[in-house]
Amino acid sequence: MELTSQIGGSVTDGLAYLGALAQLGVRAAYFTFVAPFQGKPLRLQRAISQAMQTGVGALPILSLITFFIGLILALQAAYELRRFGAMTFVANAVAVSMTRELGPLITAILVIGRSGSAFAAEIGTMKVTEEIDALETMAIDPVHFLVTPKFIAMMVMLPCLTIWANSMGILGGALFGVTQADFTWIRYIQSSLDALFLRDITTGLVKSVMFGITITAVGCHEGLTTGAGAEQVGRSTTRAVVVSIFLVILVDLVFTALFFFMTER
Amino acid sequence: MSFENIAMGQMNNALTQPEVMISLHNLRVSYGDREILHGINFDVMHGETLVILGGSGSGKSTLLRTLVGLERPSSGEIWLKGKNIAAISSEEMDEIRKKIGMSFQGGALFGSMTVGENVALPLREHTKLEDSTIEIILRLKLDQVGLSGFENYMPAQLSGGMKKRAAVARALAMDPEILFFDEPSAGLDPIIAAGVDQLILELKQAFHMTIIVVTHELASAFLIADRMVLIDKGIVVAIGTTEEMRSSTHPRVRQFLDRIAEPAVSEELDYLQMLTEEHRHPGR
Repeated sequence: MELTSQIGGSVTDGLAYLGALAQLGVRAAYFTFVAPFQGKPLRLQRAISQAMQTGVGALPILSLITFFIGLILALQAAYELRRFGAMTFVANAVAVSMTRELGPLITAILVIGRSGSAFAAEIGTMKVTEEIDALETMAIDPVHFLVTPKFIAMMVMLPCLTIWANSMGILGGALFGVTQADFTWIRYIQSSLDALFLRDITTGLVKSVMFGITITAVGCHEGLTTGAGAEQVGRSTTRAVVVSIFLVILVDLVFTALFFFMTER
Repeated sequence: MSFENIAMGQMNNALTQPEVMISLHNLRVSYGDREILHGINFDVMHGETLVILGGSGSGKSTLLRTLVGLERPSSGEIWLKGKNIAAISSEEMDEIRKKIGMSFQGGALFGSMTVGENVALPLREHTKLEDSTIEIILRLKLDQVGLSGFENYMPAQLSGGMKKRAAVARALAMDPEILFFDEPSAGLDPIIAAGVDQLILELKQAFHMTIIVVTHELASAFLIADRMVLIDKGIVVAIGTTEEMRSSTHPRVRQFLDRIAEPAVSEELDYLQMLTEEHRHPGR
């Protein structure tokens, strides 16, 4: 009895949490697509500066990480493939696994660490120092002012970063291909492109947009629900990272399954 | 509990200042199951400075947050500019909020913006004024609070007193009819705190604004107040002019004004009994 009520409680809490995230997302969507036509202008300036922070600022570290991931993928694939003398398929393996799965996922996880946590910390601190209250007493909606520009920035930048990550991963694989598997740079890139279907890339990009929405919703929600005191900001930030990683993987699973069954027929 | 003072205070003011700015009727506010304010009644007159006094945990900050619409009352009415803000839509509340200004305890200036951007924010959000006009208003507001020339400073570069002044400038940006202050002298040294008191007095004289100040600083309260409300454990203990408060014989008022400590609770059982007493007779 105790156990069932506990499980029931957790499920209700989880659904309530998802409901709160959805509500935040819907309000941000309203301020992005509807409110501009009702005389509440879109905050493009804030969205652009946010995009610079989350997107452009992430490029160096993202390039390095995904280059290494591409290299690792090539090594792992070659470990099996060389037994069959099929080293030329290294390019295929790297290209498909980068674009379909690891490009979007690694990008999302890096962005959670850099930006999702920063959203929670920034909004959480503003909550603790009464800045969110100040916005409300000035009749400025915090979701309009703070959250919506972040949604716009993330939904634009995450697919861009993912495309960059895919390319860097393929480049990482090419380093292995050229040095260990008799590829030339041109031939490696060519066989990578040959291995890819357009839908490999688009499914990855669709996923990355969903990841962007998830990360922003969780980061901002955690920030806005921060309790009193500096210690709570730390808690919110930690929760934002952990919950985002979990939800991104969950969204990944759902969409991967969806694409799998959609393309089967 | 005596309501004599309340009645007296209201009568006195009815003779001199007939226009009621804010009127509270049986206002109750709860956080979850815990009721913080147990039925608050009083009026705030146009152009007066009302100081809400009370100890820590008395509910005075909750009262202030409810008055500016940050907390929703569980029951009761708050009449402000002819509207019951306890029961209006958020759009209507936003319209009212454009006519009130609030200075928060820590200033609550946006750390990522300069002082000038902070003060200009409400104007940029709610008006279609040209940048040059906003610039002029900004200079004027900073001048009023004694911060001329600081528009390009970041809030982090300002001292505590200057932050508070900048917050007042931001609260004044939209030319509010009512100005709210949460603990204006908290965390400031006596000289800087006196400066903030002086600023409040100047605003009162210059603009005849209705000013509501929440504080527990007695010296500052008696300096700036026209009338005072003493809140204790979520109820109004006394209300009246500064003289009426000084001469009050109400034990709770005397205890607060004469700064007499609560009797120490030695036994765990006594403490529990005290809590249950409070629960049965809230505010006793």
